[in-house]
Amino acid sequence: MSSRNSILKSIRAQLLPAAERPDLNRDWLRYPDPWAQFQTQLAGVGGQAVRVANMEEVTASLALRPEFVAAKEIVSTVPGIAGNIDLESVQDPHALETTEWAILPAQFAVAENGAVWVTDQCVKHRVIYFLTQHLVLVLPAGEIVHNMHEAYARVTLGESSLGLFMSGPSKTADIEQSLVIGAHGPRSLTVFCVGD
Amino acid sequence: MNHAALAEDFIKDKPRAKWHDETLWFVRSKRDKAASALPEWETLRECAAQIKAHTVANLAHYLEQFESQATKRGAVVHWAKDAAEHNQIVLSLLQSRGARRLVKSKSMLTEECHLNPFLERNGIEVVDTDLGEWIVQLAGEPPSHIVLPAIHKKKEDVGRIFHEHLGTDEGATDPNYLAEAARGKLREKFVQADAGLTGVNFAIAETGGIVVCTNEGNADLGVSLPALHIASMGIEKLLPRAEDLGVFLRLLARSATGQPITSYTSHFHGPRPGAELHIVLVDNGRSDILGSEEFRRSLSCIRCGACMNTCPVYRRSGGHSYQTSVPGPIGSILAPSRDPKTYASLPSACSLCGSCTDVCPVKIDIHHQLLTWRRELNVLGLLPRSKRWGMQGMSYVFRHPRLYQWAGKLARLIVPRLPRFLLYNRFNAWGRQRELPEFPRQSFREQYEARRHEQQK
Repeated sequence: MSSRNSILKSIRAQLLPAAERPDLNRDWLRYPDPWAQFQTQLAGVGGQAVRVANMEEVTASLALRPEFVAAKEIVSTVPGIAGNIDLESVQDPHALETTEWAILPAQFAVAENGAVWVTDQCVKHRVIYFLTQHLVLVLPAGEIVHNMHEAYARVTLGESSLGLFMSGPSKTADIEQSLVIGAHGPRSLTVFCVGD
Repeated sequence: MNHAALAEDFIKDKPRAKWHDETLWFVRSKRDKAASALPEWETLRECAAQIKAHTVANLAHYLEQFESQATKRGAVVHWAKDAAEHNQIVLSLLQSRGARRLVKSKSMLTEECHLNPFLERNGIEVVDTDLGEWIVQLAGEPPSHIVLPAIHKKKEDVGRIFHEHLGTDEGATDPNYLAEAARGKLREKFVQADAGLTGVNFAIAETGGIVVCTNEGNADLGVSLPALHIASMGIEKLLPRAEDLGVFLRLLARSATGQPITSYTSHFHGPRPGAELHIVLVDNGRSDILGSEEFRRSLSCIRCGACMNTCPVYRRSGGHSYQTSVPGPIGSILAPSRDPKTYASLPSACSLCGSCTDVCPVKIDIHHQLLTWRRELNVLGLLPRSKRWGMQGMSYVFRHPRLYQWAGKLARLIVPRLPRFLLYNRFNAWGRQRELPEFPRQSFREQYEARRHEQQK
C-alpha cells in the first residue's frame, strides 16, 4: 500500500467525535479611524505610512531621502514613478541582487496590525519584494480594512502564486532579544497612501 | 534522558539561569499586552479550538481536498509515513535535480525528522537561514526554543560564534553589527542556493495553498531565487478554509512574541513560473495521537511557543533539558506520545500550575494532559522506583485515616527537632533549594476540634 493510502487509512480507522465549524461572521473589532490605527501599528514595527495627494508627492517625498537620491539601481512597477531597471526585461531573478530601491504596488492595508496585502500578479520576479535594500509600497487611498477577517473576505487566494501580508521591514530579535531592523530583507518599508 | 539531571546542569550558572528566566518572562509579558489589546481574544481562542477540532474530525477528507487543490495549482504533493521517508523524499528531490546547496527557513518538523544531518551525510550543504537557527547550527546545537531558537545564547556567545565562523571582530557584541555580518553572509547563501525548503504554518484545504510566517523574510528569499521549493508539513497543519486564517493569524504572532502579526505572512499557491513546488505531508506518529481521546487535542498546537515562555520549569531549566525538537509543556506531551520510555521524565517537569493552558491560543488542556501522562507512565511501569514507591506509600497512608493522623502527629513532634543534616541531604531533592515550611503545632483537624469544643461551651 502506498504511504498516502496507509496514512489516510489509519486516520479513517480512528473514531472521532463530530465537531462543527464555528460561525466566523461576528462583530469583530473595528476602529473609529482605521488609517490612524494602521499608521500607528506600522510605525510600531519599524515601517512608515505616509499619506499623499498624488504620485508627484511620492516622487517629491522620495527625493528628500539621501539613500534614495544616491541609489544607482531602482526598480519601479508603479506608473508615474521612474526607476532605472525594467523588471520585465530581467531574465534571471539573481540579477536583482544589487537592487537598492523597489517601488511596487500594494492592494490594501489592514488597520489592526499594520499589514499590507501584496501579490506577485503583476510583478515578474517576486523576489524583488525581499531582495531590495529599501522597499516602497504604493497603496490607493481608501483601500483599508479593519481586521484580518475582513482582509480574508477580500482576497482570492490562489489568484497568484504568492500573496502576502507584509508588516514592516525585515527584522530579527534573535540576538539576545535586541530588535535589529533589516535582517536579510529590506532595511526600510515605506507605504504611500495616494489620493484623497 | 532525565530532565531533572539536565536541568541541574543548566541552573549551575545561576546568573545565566536567572537571565534566561527573565528574558522569557519579558516575551510572555509582551504576549499579555498584545492579547489584552483585543477585546475578542477569548472568542478567537474558542473559534480556533473549534476549527481545529472540526479539522481533526474530518482530517482524511481535508487532506484529500488539499492534495487535489494543490495539484490543480501545479504543486506536487508527497506523503511520508515517517521521518525516514520524509528525509528520503527531500533527498531524492534534491539529487534528481542536481541540487547541492539548500537554504532552509524554520521548520520544527525537519528538526523532528533530523533532516539536516541526513542531508549532510549525503553531501548536501544545508544552511538554516533564520538567524537564531543559524546561530545554533554554527554552534553545533539544536534549537532550544521553537520560536526563539537561540534564546539561551547571550550576545557574547553569538559574538564568539560569529568571530570563529564569519571572522567578525573578536569580542564584538553589538547585535546590529553581528546581525549585519550575518546578513552579508546569508544573502550570499541565498543567491548561491539550488533549492529552498520551508516549514508550513498553515495549509488550506479549500485552496491548496500553504502559509509561511517569518519576521526576517528568509523563507521568501529562500524560495524565490532557486527553481525548487520544498515545503515540509505535518498533517495536522491543515485548515479547511481561507477565512479560518483570519482567526489563526490574529492569534499566532500575538501569542508568540506579542507582535500583532509577523513581518511576512506569505501564501504560496502553486510554483512560480518556471519553478517547482513540492509539498511533503508527514504523519510520523500523528495519526496515532489522533486516535487517543486524552491526547488528541495536542495536535491542535500551532507552535507559537507561548506555553514555553510562561512555564516556570521551562524558563528555569532551558530548552535543551527536554532533548526534543519541541520542548516545554507541549513538547512534554508530544515527545512521550512518540517514545514514552525515553521521555518518561518530561511530564513530571511540571508544577501543574496551569499557566500553559491559560495562554494556549488554541485552548489545549496542556497541564491536564501532562497529569494524564503521569498516570499512563505509571500504568506502563515507566516511572522511576523512587516515585512509584513513594506514591504507593502515600496512597496507603491516605486510605487509612488513623494511620494518617498518627503519622501527622509524629511528624509534627519529631521533624522540628531533627538536626539539619537529617533533613537536608542528598535524599531530599526538595530540600536542595528550599527550606521546609515551619511545622504547625496542631493539625487542621485538631484546631477544628478545639474550636468546636470552644463554641459548644
